[in-house]
Amino acid sequence: MSELTYLGAAEIAVAIAAGDVSAEEVTRAHLDRIEQVDGMVRAFLHVDTDGALDAARRVDADRAAGRDLGPLAGVPLAMKDVVVTQGLPTTAGSKILEGWIPPYDATITRKIKDAGIVMLGKTNMDEFAMGSSTENSAFHPTHNPWDLDRIPGGSSGGSSAAVSAFEAALGIGTDTGGSIRQPAAVTGIVGHKPTYGGVSRYGLIAFSSSLDQAGPFGRTVLDAALLHEVIGGHDPLDSTSIPQPVPPVAAAARDGARADLTGVRVAVVRELGGEGYQPGVLAAFQEAVSTLRALGATVLEVSCPHFDYALAAYYLIAPSECSSNLARFDGVRYGLRVGDDGVRSLEDVMSLTREAGFGPEVKRRIMIGTYALSSGYYDAYYGQAQKVRTLISRDFAAAFEQADVLVSPSSPFVAFGIGERIDDPMAMYVNDLCTLPASLAGTPAISVPCGLSEGLPVGLQVMAPALADDRCYRVAAALEADHGHPLTEEAPAL
Amino acid sequence: MTTLESTVDITGRYDPVIGLETHVELGTASKMFCGCPTTFGAEPNTQVCPVCLGLPGSLPVPNEVAVESTIRIGLALHCEIASWCRFARKNYFYPDMPKNFQISQYDEPLCTDGYLDVTVEGRTVRVEIERVHLEEDTGKSLHVGGATGRIHGADHSLVDYNRAGIPLVEIVTKPVTGTGALAPEIGRAYVTELRELLRSLGVSDVRMEQGSLRCDVNVSLSPAGSGVWGTRSETKNVNSLRSVERAIRYEMSRQAELLDRGARVVQETRHFHEDNGRTTPGRSKEEATDYRYFPEPDLVPLAPDAGWVNRLRATLPELPAQRRARLAGELGATDFEMESMANAGVVELVAATAAAGAPPAEARNWWLGYLAQEANKRELEPADLGVTPEQVARIIALVDEGTLSVALGRQVIDVILEAGGDVDTIVAERGLQVVSDSDALGQAADEAIAAKPDIAEKVRAGKINAVGPLIGDVRRAVPQADAATVRTILLEKLGVSGG
Repeated sequence: MSELTYLGAAEIAVAIAAGDVSAEEVTRAHLDRIEQVDGMVRAFLHVDTDGALDAARRVDADRAAGRDLGPLAGVPLAMKDVVVTQGLPTTAGSKILEGWIPPYDATITRKIKDAGIVMLGKTNMDEFAMGSSTENSAFHPTHNPWDLDRIPGGSSGGSSAAVSAFEAALGIGTDTGGSIRQPAAVTGIVGHKPTYGGVSRYGLIAFSSSLDQAGPFGRTVLDAALLHEVIGGHDPLDSTSIPQPVPPVAAAARDGARADLTGVRVAVVRELGGEGYQPGVLAAFQEAVSTLRALGATVLEVSCPHFDYALAAYYLIAPSECSSNLARFDGVRYGLRVGDDGVRSLEDVMSLTREAGFGPEVKRRIMIGTYALSSGYYDAYYGQAQKVRTLISRDFAAAFEQADVLVSPSSPFVAFGIGERIDDPMAMYVNDLCTLPASLAGTPAISVPCGLSEGLPVGLQVMAPALADDRCYRVAAALEADHGHPLTEEAPAL
Repeated sequence: MTTLESTVDITGRYDPVIGLETHVELGTASKMFCGCPTTFGAEPNTQVCPVCLGLPGSLPVPNEVAVESTIRIGLALHCEIASWCRFARKNYFYPDMPKNFQISQYDEPLCTDGYLDVTVEGRTVRVEIERVHLEEDTGKSLHVGGATGRIHGADHSLVDYNRAGIPLVEIVTKPVTGTGALAPEIGRAYVTELRELLRSLGVSDVRMEQGSLRCDVNVSLSPAGSGVWGTRSETKNVNSLRSVERAIRYEMSRQAELLDRGARVVQETRHFHEDNGRTTPGRSKEEATDYRYFPEPDLVPLAPDAGWVNRLRATLPELPAQRRARLAGELGATDFEMESMANAGVVELVAATAAAGAPPAEARNWWLGYLAQEANKRELEPADLGVTPEQVARIIALVDEGTLSVALGRQVIDVILEAGGDVDTIVAERGLQVVSDSDALGQAADEAIAAKPDIAEKVRAGKINAVGPLIGDVRRAVPQADAATVRTILLEKLGVSGG
């Protein structure tokens, strides 16, 4: 492995700015790494070699011309394939979009390009971001670099695996119920789900509009924070985007790195632990809590009783919204079209296209959501779930009166074996137990490595009030300063 | 097909209940949720972007002007304006709807509980408004190769998304009862009055023939005096004022015929056919789609504060009813005359013609008379004839000063309708002025008298009305001659005084 791929994003940017290395060299090193290991990891659906090299050369030209470079200029990034990229295939992990070339860029794509970040390609994911293992990709599973027989988490498993396998220094994921935090946890990297509305959704292929948020992956808390600052901020193209500046997350990450949490109140959520959690995960979590206390934090316990209903509420709200969001994939305007033989009716072609184009998990959720929104059932299902959502938000509000941040494991499990849970939807859904409450409340949460269990990474989730994303980064960075980086120290070489 | 009864006969046995849903395309410069232009008639699929094409990842951003226009419509209709409301998704699959859902409003409309008064045959009816809400229009499908132009049986279909996403306001009345045999006229008068109101607000060009004002008509019959409402039909594709009236009349007759023979009315959507004035069944509501409405998660709630609403209230212009009251005084028109003008859609035209110098009574006669007839013949609104109030005022002036006869004035109108042009130029170029030149007329009169000596003799003997054939002969020789002038000349030459 080249030294260059071993560097973090902040280090790469500094080296390029100082002229120690060119962006093109950095990009080539990462493309070589992809060439070398992606046959095993299978993180990417599409590698854009030419586009990446062009972007890198532009950074080098800018530097040569004496123009200001952004704090991440020249850093290679893995983009989840749910984010629309002009001129580059964008499939959302689905056959139904195979071959579609978007005519426009997502807002975060544009921001990433404008920042001089080098997009290496598009990464694998559970189809339409529905899943926790990336096994629901219509194309192929992705393998966890820590153990190639295990899943890399999901739905952003391609991006988490790419960053974990040193194929890219940064990654973009999207998180609807935990799809950034759980993959980050099981691949030993940092992943943050921003406050809902903190990062533009314009150009994210929607799964569940009221829950979807894009966020950063990095191998360090600071790297994730720097990327967060690039992609965050108000976007007039997204009505749900918050008209506020990005919270000072990079400063918070640097502040946290001083490993002093004096005066910070950290609350353990009673409902996010105990039965159903792997003992090794709970042990690593307890140790992390002890560390936070040792760093000066005040640790207390809070109860959030309605978190117990988060899973049930989530699996009504997200499928309901997805049943509507995915209606547009009908073969009429773009993507796959099946059965158009000039004889079959429009309805037949639409339904054959959807039958052939969507995988089983997507169909399951469309059917659940269609049912939940039906006349006569709406109040009992969607309406009731929205009430639970309000109660969960109130639990958070009450907890944040006592504490500055809440903590829990990021997932009840370490990475499980590929194929192990794929036939049991409930066994798959419980992966998100810890991450769902913050999704439903729209509040920010980060996953930071907090140790190993059975030789596999465990993540600590740090949750903060809306718009206080900086608190997540500060606490995560303090833990990181104490624990070090599991990947650089303990990850098995591929 | 059975001959259908007139509505007057039906209303002895049944009370009609009507309801109208009107869709108005707002005249905003850009679409409801994106920046695409809204110009009518552009090349297909040239006014589109990722948002109005519903491309994966795109998101809607509401058009503030459209929200303001909707609030102004609500205020003009005396509605309550919601202080908080949401958009909702209406889910159903159709290829001219890019997302396979329409962003609309469901149980939380922007405006509720208003009214609009209309007057027919001296009777004023308060049509209550249930709701006014804002939504996005769909694209347009063109089904090619079938007999009916509908999707069934078509060979292929073309879709134009230029219209997709144009802001659309839906105005829904409460059921209108107690109108009896006047139901068709009241339906028409309501749409006419609503159109005037929207035009005065400047929120839409309200052109029914271009689809910027579209009407669905609900009709049901209840047995007279029972108070029990019958099953309703919903007739779509009612695209002119005249069609509103005809569709209601047809549905009343059709349903009465069914009920009379003990059959039942099916709750269904029907299509109106302009050519024969009939309706035919469309999709049956009994197997209707469940639209699975839910709050649109891509948009934040609309919360117009009182200050904003009051500022918009202050922008309301003089509304048609107020304006008519004022104009009635200025034009010296009776209530009946004002009603006739309003229902013919010529109030503004008459007022403008009077403002251009014509005596109001003559302006009214022209617009309600010859011009209304010509508009009707062409299935156009008088305002769309292409004849301006200034032209009409000039014709009236020329008639008054004797340069034109009324008949010649109508000929000038005919020329304008055919080819347009300036009134004085038309009169000059076509030689349409009344010929009062005594040489030409005198000569023609002499020839006519010489040719028909027996008739001349009768007139000389005092049978003045026998002069008719001679007048005809003179006018055949000199077509632009004014009949009254010809008559006078003939009688003078025959030595009798005109009466």
